[in-house]
Amino acid sequence: MRNAFIHELMALATQDPSIALIVGDLGYSVIEPFADTFPERFVNAGVAEQNMMGLAAGMASEGYHVFVYSIANFPTFRCAEQIRNDVAYHKLPVTVVSVGGGLAYGGLGYSHHAVQDYALMRTLPNMLIAAPGDPMEVRACMRYLAANPQPSYLRLGKAGEPELHPTVPVVEPGKWLPVHVRPGATRTLLSTGATAERATHWCDEPAFADCSLHSMPLWGMASKPLQAAQLDAWQQVITVEDHLEDAGFGAWLLESLDRVPALRSRLVRKALDARVCGMVGSQATLNRLGGLDL
Amino acid sequence: MTVNSDQLARQIRVLALQMVHRARASHIASALSIADILAVLYGGAMRFSPTEPHAADRDRFILSKGHACVAVYAALAARGVIPLEALDSYGQDLSPLMNHISHKVTGVEFSTGSLGHGLPFGVGKALAAKRRHEDWRTFVQLSDGEMDEGSNWEALMFAAHHKLDNLVAIIDYNKLQSMTTIARTLALEPLADKLRAFGWAVREADGHDHQALSALLCSTPWEPGKPSIVIAHTTKGKGVSFMENKVEWHYRSPNDEQLRLALAELEHDNA
Repeated sequence: MRNAFIHELMALATQDPSIALIVGDLGYSVIEPFADTFPERFVNAGVAEQNMMGLAAGMASEGYHVFVYSIANFPTFRCAEQIRNDVAYHKLPVTVVSVGGGLAYGGLGYSHHAVQDYALMRTLPNMLIAAPGDPMEVRACMRYLAANPQPSYLRLGKAGEPELHPTVPVVEPGKWLPVHVRPGATRTLLSTGATAERATHWCDEPAFADCSLHSMPLWGMASKPLQAAQLDAWQQVITVEDHLEDAGFGAWLLESLDRVPALRSRLVRKALDARVCGMVGSQATLNRLGGLDL
Repeated sequence: MTVNSDQLARQIRVLALQMVHRARASHIASALSIADILAVLYGGAMRFSPTEPHAADRDRFILSKGHACVAVYAALAARGVIPLEALDSYGQDLSPLMNHISHKVTGVEFSTGSLGHGLPFGVGKALAAKRRHEDWRTFVQLSDGEMDEGSNWEALMFAAHHKLDNLVAIIDYNKLQSMTTIARTLALEPLADKLRAFGWAVREADGHDHQALSALLCSTPWEPGKPSIVIAHTTKGKGVSFMENKVEWHYRSPNDEQLRLALAELEHDNA
């Protein structure tokens, strides 16, 4: 996803002179092509995330669409108030980019585990979450954001994720994106973020032989009203996310059904249990221990 | 258009007092503290047109100490950017004139209220101007108490590193913060030395001396390649004797009699 991000950003920046990139002294061996090609639109803000996000908002207020790139919780929790007040409240076109969403940096410890980021972002009015499931969805999300600049949060995995779509799909906020559709299926997995790959493996298991798979790469507070009608097409929907269950994606979908309580029983949520907080290990191990298994 | 900054400052004080009295709001002393600085900025030091408050080549002003907003609302009304009657809605239900500075008011660039946000935002504006080779300046009004915030020191370091000499910060150094004095809370001194060490061009001035402020604010950058910062020595509550240097006027709102006395003092000074 990292590589898809920088390649797409280069392509978009070639077309759109407003696109700028700020990094928080991270992105070694990833962001150099952008810095070399567009030095006037690149900034390394240093290890100073509050200033980084504030200055991104300032640049955005002068017509830039600023992508702010860092790792895990550094561009989110460390500067949460700058995102809330400076970016989201002012409706400025800043895309916060976090690489290493979920437990991608599993071995690096709790500081690097981004498992509460949806919770933070989804409580901000005006904030669009972009949590692509594969490199193609990364490109799709970025094209959407470039065409619709707004306060946004792009959550990337790491590198090496397989492509789940043959081409770059068209994505829209709140719309479920088919990944694997089985004729006659009455239930579906609905993944956001990098767990889409994990969900494809579940689809191969006998227990999910009657199950389709969708991805939800773009969502946020504003897209809640679109959910009930989509969910109503299925007898069961199983949300999948590498985020804590509390205030995550599944919880968001559940809240969206408040006005149609009859649908709530069709929803099953698979998310990380809080017991995984503080554990270290590979992403696969921690996802399993956190409850993201069959 | 030539503006008499003394008259503008007095008008800012009168309007600010009337606003906080009407709304029973706080922070009047913080507003009075920067009335002269704003009068100099909006009176001519900034490139600013009341009829075109969003002109692309305007100088930008950011109030980082957002609680002193009545002084800015007053300046905008006094200069005709917003109607004087609009001030009547300050602090009322659903008014755009919130009790911390609001970008929903014409002429206001940025909402603040949480401290330590204005300078990083201004740094972004200044960097944008530099990168696009535009010649407008960005002014950021800081408080002394908010220099406790680490984000300001991040921004100070960044601005110097990137040679943002189109950025001007002004510290309202009235020596008081929310609970007591700066010195008793978290000492800032030696402030000028710290700022110089961070790579800024530093000047100190009487923050109520219009001539001195104007000379400084009209002539930046003082040192090409360096951002400029004025340490403005001010008196919190300036202009109303019983509010000056009193911590409680960070919170209190004048009653009818106190408003009358305050306005009488300002009238007397004007005579």
